[in-house]
Amino acid sequence: MAKTAEQIRADLLRPVFRSGPAYWLAVGVSGSMVLAGVFAFSYQVYHGLGVWGLNWPVFWAFDITNFVFWIGISHAGTLISAILRLANAGWRRPVTRCAEAITVFALSIGAIIPICHLGRPWLFFWLVPYPSERHIWPNFRSPLLWDFFAILTYLTGSTIFLFLPIIPDAAAARDLAHGWRKKLYALLSLGWQGNPKQWHRLESAMHIMAIAIIPVAVSVHTIVSWDFAMTPVPMWHSTIFGPYFVCGAIFSGVAALILAMALLRKFLHLEEYLEPIHFDHMGKLLLTMSLLWFYFTFAERLTTWYGNDVAEMSVFWSSIRQNFAPLFWTMVTCNLIIPFPLLAIKRFRTITGTVIASSTIVVGMWIERFLIIVPTLEHKFLPYSWGTYRPTWVEITLMVAGFGMMALLYLLFSKLVPMISMWELEAGVRKAPIYRHQAVAFEPSGARARAGVREAEPLATDLSR
Amino acid sequence: MVIDLDRCTGCEACVVACHAENNIGTAGPDQAARGRAMHWIRVERYWEGEFPNARIRFQPVLCQQCDDAPCEPVCPTYASYHTPEGLNAQVYNRCIGTRFCANACPYTVRFLNFYNPQWDKPLHLQLNPDVSVRSVGIMEKCTFCVQRIRSAEIQAEGEKRELKDGEFNPACVQSCAPRAMVFGDLNDPNSEVSRLARSGRATKLLGELGTKPNVNYLQRESWENGKNG
Repeated sequence: MAKTAEQIRADLLRPVFRSGPAYWLAVGVSGSMVLAGVFAFSYQVYHGLGVWGLNWPVFWAFDITNFVFWIGISHAGTLISAILRLANAGWRRPVTRCAEAITVFALSIGAIIPICHLGRPWLFFWLVPYPSERHIWPNFRSPLLWDFFAILTYLTGSTIFLFLPIIPDAAAARDLAHGWRKKLYALLSLGWQGNPKQWHRLESAMHIMAIAIIPVAVSVHTIVSWDFAMTPVPMWHSTIFGPYFVCGAIFSGVAALILAMALLRKFLHLEEYLEPIHFDHMGKLLLTMSLLWFYFTFAERLTTWYGNDVAEMSVFWSSIRQNFAPLFWTMVTCNLIIPFPLLAIKRFRTITGTVIASSTIVVGMWIERFLIIVPTLEHKFLPYSWGTYRPTWVEITLMVAGFGMMALLYLLFSKLVPMISMWELEAGVRKAPIYRHQAVAFEPSGARARAGVREAEPLATDLSR
Repeated sequence: MVIDLDRCTGCEACVVACHAENNIGTAGPDQAARGRAMHWIRVERYWEGEFPNARIRFQPVLCQQCDDAPCEPVCPTYASYHTPEGLNAQVYNRCIGTRFCANACPYTVRFLNFYNPQWDKPLHLQLNPDVSVRSVGIMEKCTFCVQRIRSAEIQAEGEKRELKDGEFNPACVQSCAPRAMVFGDLNDPNSEVSRLARSGRATKLLGELGTKPNVNYLQRESWENGKNG
């Protein structure tokens, strides 16, 4: 049966206000991973980039792989949440907040990596166009500069997109909290009173952001792909890279979102909110992206093979048949062969099934980015300049720190904000009669009625099953 | 520049001269094995045919000073920069070490300072005062010995005359015993390089990529093709 608004608030605010020893253990573990990364980065700055495994000719490897990986993960949230909001899919309600949070955090990690990877990281601000004593602008023709602006725009946009729906929830928490939390929520709720004008403005703002963020998200990963495609280098210089990367980004993003949903469901005891039906819907989306990813990979490889360009074929065979073959076929297994039956057959598309598929996909998509970068750099045009790459402990530690940072940010966030948007859930659950009854108790202003009644739709009853 | 591959003996004197002239650090055997050696010019070795009917070919490769250099537009800070006279310059102070230029370069002739440079003793006593020493984290590459170009230009300007063909040479050309390398002004149709670049043997390295390199390679057709064996 449908949950009342009181129950929803009690269930969702409980994990925000209370944390057990398991939580602090998780914070400790992920915090240590981040600290290890800080140590590795300091070590690298002190000694020089030589402590990485990079060499001549492989000048990018784990660093840019992780960069593309995290920027890809960041496409989970905002894009999916924006599309589902615009499509007014009722089942989105318990999913959006956790998706939007992934975006902001993954993007923050993705934005830090290129700074860490610089030869002189302390000078990263030279990418910012400002009137400096150097009397020179950054080079607007460089895809790296496009990256800088695209990521900054996306980070700003997705932070606003995450923040807007938090306002009413922060107001609800404000009314229950004490001490520093009360001050924090008072600040976050921006003086929210829930009057009709505020609801109207919130809805308009969310609608504008949902529309605006979609082209931004698409452009971000397209521009990331152009870091490669704009160079005259075998297997990089390809027109397919833009859409291929966007597809891969959404693919890995959906997988990451399913994993996050499963973890939240288990550890925050949200079994009654994140139901099998949500995993079923997300599983279908993941299946679509898996097939689309395979289509792009197949099209790219077939075109290369048919073209039979000498330089491209040396990269092609090195990834398919030679030293990178184990990684390549692991990737295909992880991204298609395992997920396809799990997601295509209804009986397997359970929570466990989608979680297994998502786990392999996250691994597979990391390998995919590695295979885009390293085999090409190892096999550029002149065979004399061919080389090999092997990571060092510094790069591996920094990679681990990225995952630690994601976990840490997510853990801390879950203590500040309910991981499911309470007011949207309430608006979806309420049928008009229930609503009228509760309006007296919760929202004397009556403004909520408008939003609630208007947003209630048949799909939303999923929650009451 | 023109490099006559049929004259090159693969002696690597150019490589040594370049290291001495341009203050290029020595990586040491361990780091060199990890791919950290820096050679602004290198002599690539390729074999043609199978033993005993094999022939070795040497190909000195340095920055091709492309007119349409792929390394230039990708640099976010204008460290890789096209000078008005057509040189492909690397402005060390602007470089923040994105390494994008190195990845975009089809010739792989750009190098990162993985560590601060070091020299095996007593090489540290013979640094060239005309060339800046590069610090950790920045890219470097062949400059066509720009310090020699500037020095000759200043000399000619002081004597109120034009630069003469062959008046000065980069270190690699100067040290090339079989005179496989010739340096000069390709814009001057009467210079020796222009004359050689018009030769039927002239080719460009990876010319099909459209980078418009300014290094011309002279070579007979492949031995295996059965011509001019």
